[in-house]
Order: sequence, then C-alpha cells, then structure tokens
Amino acid sequence: MALDLARWQFAFTAINHFFFIPVTIGLGFLTALLHTAWYRTKRDEYLRLTRFFGTLLVINVAIGVVTGLVQEFEFGMNWGAYSRLVGNIFGAPLAMEGLAAFFLESTFLGLWLFGWDKLPRRLHLLTIWAVSLGSVLSGAFIMAANSWMQHPVGYTMVNGKPQLDDIWAVFTNPVFVWGYAKVLFVSLVTGASIMLAVSAWQLRHGGDRPVFTRSARLSLIVLVPAILFTLLVGDELGVVEGTYQPMKIAAAEAQWTTCQPCSFSLFQIGGGNDDQTPTQIIEIPHLLSLLATNHWNGKVVGLNPLQSQYSKQFGPGYYVPNVFIQYWSMRAMAYLGVVVLLISLWGLWLIRGKKLATSRVFLWVAVWGAVLPFVMNTAGWLLTESGRQPWIVQGIMLTKNGISPTVSTTWLWISVLGFAVLYGTLGTVDLLLMLRYSRNQLPPARAAADVDAPVPAVQY
Amino acid sequence: MVPFWFIVIAVLWTGFFILEGFDFGVGMLHSLAGQDDPGRRAAINTIGPLWDGNEVWLIVAVAAMFAAFPGWYATALSGSYLVVVLILASLIIRGVAFEYRGKRDAARWRRTWDAALTVGSVLAPFLIGLVLGDLLHGLPINSSQNFTGSFWDLFQPYGVFTGVALVLICLLHGATFLCLKTTGTLRERSGLLARRVAPFTGAGVVAFAIWTHVTSSTTFFLRPLELLAILAVLAAVWLVYARRDGFAFTATTITIAASIASIFVGLYPNVMVSTTNPAYNLTVHNTASPPYSLKVMSVVVIIFLPVVLAYQTWTYYVFRRRVSRDQFAQKPPPVVPAQTAPPTPPEQPAGRPGRHRAVLHPRGRSQT
Repeated sequence: MALDLARWQFAFTAINHFFFIPVTIGLGFLTALLHTAWYRTKRDEYLRLTRFFGTLLVINVAIGVVTGLVQEFEFGMNWGAYSRLVGNIFGAPLAMEGLAAFFLESTFLGLWLFGWDKLPRRLHLLTIWAVSLGSVLSGAFIMAANSWMQHPVGYTMVNGKPQLDDIWAVFTNPVFVWGYAKVLFVSLVTGASIMLAVSAWQLRHGGDRPVFTRSARLSLIVLVPAILFTLLVGDELGVVEGTYQPMKIAAAEAQWTTCQPCSFSLFQIGGGNDDQTPTQIIEIPHLLSLLATNHWNGKVVGLNPLQSQYSKQFGPGYYVPNVFIQYWSMRAMAYLGVVVLLISLWGLWLIRGKKLATSRVFLWVAVWGAVLPFVMNTAGWLLTESGRQPWIVQGIMLTKNGISPTVSTTWLWISVLGFAVLYGTLGTVDLLLMLRYSRNQLPPARAAADVDAPVPAVQY
Repeated sequence: MVPFWFIVIAVLWTGFFILEGFDFGVGMLHSLAGQDDPGRRAAINTIGPLWDGNEVWLIVAVAAMFAAFPGWYATALSGSYLVVVLILASLIIRGVAFEYRGKRDAARWRRTWDAALTVGSVLAPFLIGLVLGDLLHGLPINSSQNFTGSFWDLFQPYGVFTGVALVLICLLHGATFLCLKTTGTLRERSGLLARRVAPFTGAGVVAFAIWTHVTSSTTFFLRPLELLAILAVLAAVWLVYARRDGFAFTATTITIAASIASIFVGLYPNVMVSTTNPAYNLTVHNTASPPYSLKVMSVVVIIFLPVVLAYQTWTYYVFRRRVSRDQFAQKPPPVVPAQTAPPTPPEQPAGRPGRHRAVLHPRGRSQT
C-alpha cells in the first residue's frame, strides 16, 4: 500500500509539474523572440505582444516553480532508500540545476518583469534571454538525472552501491541526448500551440487582427519544425530506449513473442496485461522493425523471452511493465503528434493563401488543439516512466526497494490527499487566470511620438 | 572535502535565511504595514523582483544535501515527513499569492491571497526552524538511519523554540527591510512595527542562543557565533529604537546569519542527532557521498556560486530605490489592461484625471 501511494503521489505531482514546464520553456522562448523583434524593429505591435504573452508566461511560471519545489523534496520524503543509494549520482545534476539554472531563471525573471523602466533596452532584452536559457538549462540537468535512471552510466559498483566515476558519461548518455532533445522540441510545440490557440481565439472574437495574425504566424513558423523534429527525435529515442530498455519498447508494442520482421500494430483489442493474444489487430508490415531498430527487417525481442532472460539475470520476479499503459500511451503520443503536425501544416497552407485570420474552422481547431500537447506530454512520460517499471533504476534497484521504510501509510494518505486538494485548487485558479488573460485585450498602442519612451515596469 | 561540503550547506542555509528571511517578514507584515490595498501592494512590491531568486537558495541547499549527504537528505525529509508537506504547502500558497494577488481587482480575491501570503510566510520559517532545531536536538533514529518516532515526536521543545525564534527574527528583519525600502506613512508604520516586535525578537534570540549552546555543548562559555547572535540582536533592538534603518537592517542580517550558522556549528560533525543511541547519530562521514561526486560538485559550486552572488547583488542594486504607496494609489499600468475601464479607486476621487491617465497609459513613466 505504501509503495502504491508513494508511486501515485510522485506520478500525480510530476505529471502536474510537467503541465507547466513545457509552457515555461516554450512560451519563454517565444516571448524572448517577440521581445527581440521589438528591440530590433521598435514596432509597437511586438511590444504589445511581448507584454501580452509575457503575462501568460508569468502566470504559468509561478505555479511551475512551486510545483517544482515539491519534486525537489519528494525524493527524500518518499524515496529515502533510493536517495541514499544513488544520491551521489542522481543528486549531483539536481544540485547543478539549482546553481546553474534555477538561480538564473528566477533572478532574471524578476529583473525582466520589474526592470522595464530601469534597465537599458539592450540589457533588458538580455534578461528575458537569461530566463529562457535558465529554463532550457534546468531541463538539461533534470533530464540527465532522469536518463540515468533509465540507463545508468558513468558509475562503478562498490560494496553493492553505485558510485559516480565519470560525470561526462552522465551528460553524454544517449538516452539523455535524445530524451533532452525531445523535451526541448515538445516544449516548443506546447508553447507554440498555446500562442497559436490564444491568437486564434482573439482572431475569432474580434481581437486586434493584424497583431494577432502576426503572433499566429510566428507560432506556426515555430510549431511546424518543432513538431516534425519531435516526431523524428521521438522515433530515434525509441531506438535508443529499445537498445537499453528492450522491455519498455516490447511492452509499448504489446509484443509478447520475438518477431523478425515486425509489423506495427495500429490498433488492437486485447493483448494487454493478462492476455497475450489480441482478438482484433490492424497492422502495418515492417513498420515496427523500422521504428524500433531503423532496419527494414529488424528484430524485436518479445516480452516473454525478455522475462525469462531477466529472471535468470536478476533472480525470480516479474519484469514486464504494464503493457496496457505502454501500448496506449505510445499510441496516444504518436497519433496526437501526427494530428498536431497536420493542424500546423494546415495553418502554414493558410498563411500562404493569406487566409489565416479568416478561416474560422481552422481558428476553432487551433484553439482546441492547445489541449493536444498536454495529452501527448503526459502520455510520453507515462511511456517513459511506467516502461521503466519494475525498476526505479534500470538493473540496479527495484522500485519497491526504493521507498522510505518508516513513512507510514497514514502519512502517505495525508500527503497524497493534501497535494491533490492543493494542486486541484491551484490548477483551477491557474487555468481560470490563463483563460481570463488570454481573452483580455492587448495593451493599448502607443502614440508614434512615444516609441522611444520608457515602458512601465510590471508590478505585483 | 567532506567538511567543505558541510560548510557549503551551512552557507546555503544561512544565505537562504538572510535573504528569504526579510521576504518572510514582509509577507507576515504586509497587511499590517499597509493600511489599504495600495499600501499592501507597495509592501509586497518591495520584494517583488527579489523573492523568487531568494527562494532558490532553499532549493539549492536541499539539492546540495541530496548530492553531498544523501543519507542526511533522506533521513531529514522522510523523518519530518508531514512537517515537510506543510512546509511545501506554505511555500506553495505563498509563492502563488505574490503572482496571483494583483491579477484580479476584487477585494475578496486580494484578501484571500493576502491571507495566503501571511499564513504561508509565518508557517514556512516556523516549520523550517522546527526541522533545523530537531537536527540538533535529536530525533529517534535507528541504526539504519531511519526515523522511528511518531508525528508528535517532531515537536521537540528546542525545535519548536527554534521555529518561534526564527519567526521573531524574520519579523524584525522584514520590518527593518520595509523601513529601508518604503516612504511616507508606510515607512513610519514599518518603523512602529519594528519597535513593537524588537523586544520580543531580542528576548527570543538571547534565549535561542543560550538554548542552542546548552543543547550542543557542555562548556559554560558561549561559542563566538552564539555570542554574536546575542550582541547583534541587542544592537538591532537599540538601532530600531534609535531609528537608524540601515544599521538596524545590518544588525538583523547579522542576527539571522549568526543564529542559523550557530545551529550548524553546534551540529558538526553530526548532521542529525539520534536520541535512541548516540552511536546512531548521522555524521558528515557516515552520510557523505564518495570523493569523486564531491569533487565534481565542488568545481560546480566554486564556479557558479560567485557568479550567482554577483548577479543577485546587481539585482539588489537595480532595485535599490524605495517603493511608495502613492505609486499604487492610482491604478498602476497593468500588464494587460482590463477590458473595461478600471474604476477609480476610492482614495483618488475624480479631479486629477490627467495624472491618472499618465500612469494608466504606457506612455507614462513608472515611478518605481
């Protein structure tokens, strides 16, 4: 029970945290682009857009920061045995994250918000880029830490305990390199989708047409390559994870037996946890071989042979992750990714015909399309983290051995319910504020004579 | 290398309390110092650009414990489990309160976030103080470094008093900070609050320093840091009454730094005392990471901490000017103006439309 509660709590808080992180990274980058456009052109609409989307960014950052605080403490609270065992490796990138990234992001966000009328223009522009750099860097450190749990590298076992002996290996871990690239691209997808959705809503509801057409175009120009790279990097990440965590990929395909060449199951009924033979299956020949190994006739080892191999290697136990979660989160992620790609290409085509601002159907789709990246991101993390089970650190420690042994079930219930209530309330407030400010008018245009006048600072 | 990391962690915690200490104090006092909404906004905006960067000191302190002393991190956080949950909850409601309070112009909305800010700012230093005090006083910890007590075992008298003392120091630290950073009636009221709080803080710190000494040492004479905390707080009380704002703030800074540092000096070489058996004490040696990890982290901290200090100092320089209530008496220029024209605040009856408009419109220069 304690194990389940600890896992539920971590999953709940981490998934919630990752609603806000890609928005921070993506929207932060886009806001920095808008600010740069204003810096270079001095055109008023860029300033108005910077302030408008900057507000949305800040509403979101506030809750991203405080939910991140919980993550930082939770390893010690709920995963004491894990923290003791691997703190010397896993803790290092976390401490670096604080020193190199969080300080940068938080300090410069204050400078950016409150410094509009206090800093020279060029310096003030640098502050938003420092915020963006901070958020991008923090992703690097936490992904290095997470990737180490997926594929431990750069350590030696001393008395049954892993000890870090090569920090560079941790930061050149192939799982990290590809996983981090993917996080950056999905963050751009998420941020751009939000910007597109807000612009589309404004265009549908009589917002300033030339200005919001501009932001819609900017978001589409970022969105198209970002989603394309997300899909390409995601595919390569699948190959990398298939090499180091074959269980994860076999489970994602509900592939119980070894196959060569392997067909990709587009949709199936059955074939999940308690049932190894699907009743209905729609397949594409060779596609799984291609996706999982980059070869037309590549071999994918099935769950059953892997299970017997792991039992021999690590002792008796059940080493197959939850196949149902793996199979469907993989598909939710991939299929929605394709939907986002189609929406963005549609938008690009409308830009070409100069019909972006007037196509009401597209604008409606674009507004609701903002939900998709959040579902994709959550599915992606379920795939990654549930696919690592039953390991907390692949091959080194089982999740059930990682919990804090003396944290009682009562304490866990209190904290699980407490966080659920707190996150539920704050998430709702955040969503309502985001919607409210997305529907506000742009800040008023400035008279032509005022182009060089200082811009007032943001105040709480 | 191991003692170096203990010092780094002590420095990070001390830095956190020096900086976030006045943020906590301002959070506790903002409703009292500011009589009305503009006054409260002004009080909050004295720390507006700073508090977030200050709070990162806590994150880094905890992450550094994770990396350098994983056993300490694991035992402290899993042992104080529910207290840590409460710390997180108070930091969360407080953090969003800053950001969300001004986002709607409705009295009830703002009162709610005022309450969240006040409660969070009182609870956070109290509970963090409780956890720090418990490290030194000791908790039931078994031979495998796990906490074996109940929730109520966390409320050791010394731990509770450490929390109370920290709240009192933060109150005075925040009040002197407000004196330094505000003008007019807001400054006068902050001074009044500082004078009200000062005797309690003075008594609290003297008692805390002596209690810390008794808990951690068998010698009669106080350690230099404990003595420094007492002298600094007495100086702070005197300077507050003498209305020397700058010196008073310096004195409260030294008080809070010496108080936190004296806990760590009292601890060393232990990091958590076991009341079950002194042999089960967590020490810097039986919880530390292997040398390679510490070496890597040392390189990182030696490079980055000075850089962080440099840009945070620069931030304080950029925002060195005082904040006045009058800046907020009219509507400040919102980031995004509301769709309807904002109502004229009651303190500013019609009659100065020109000035009102100048502030509302981005053309106007903000007075911060």
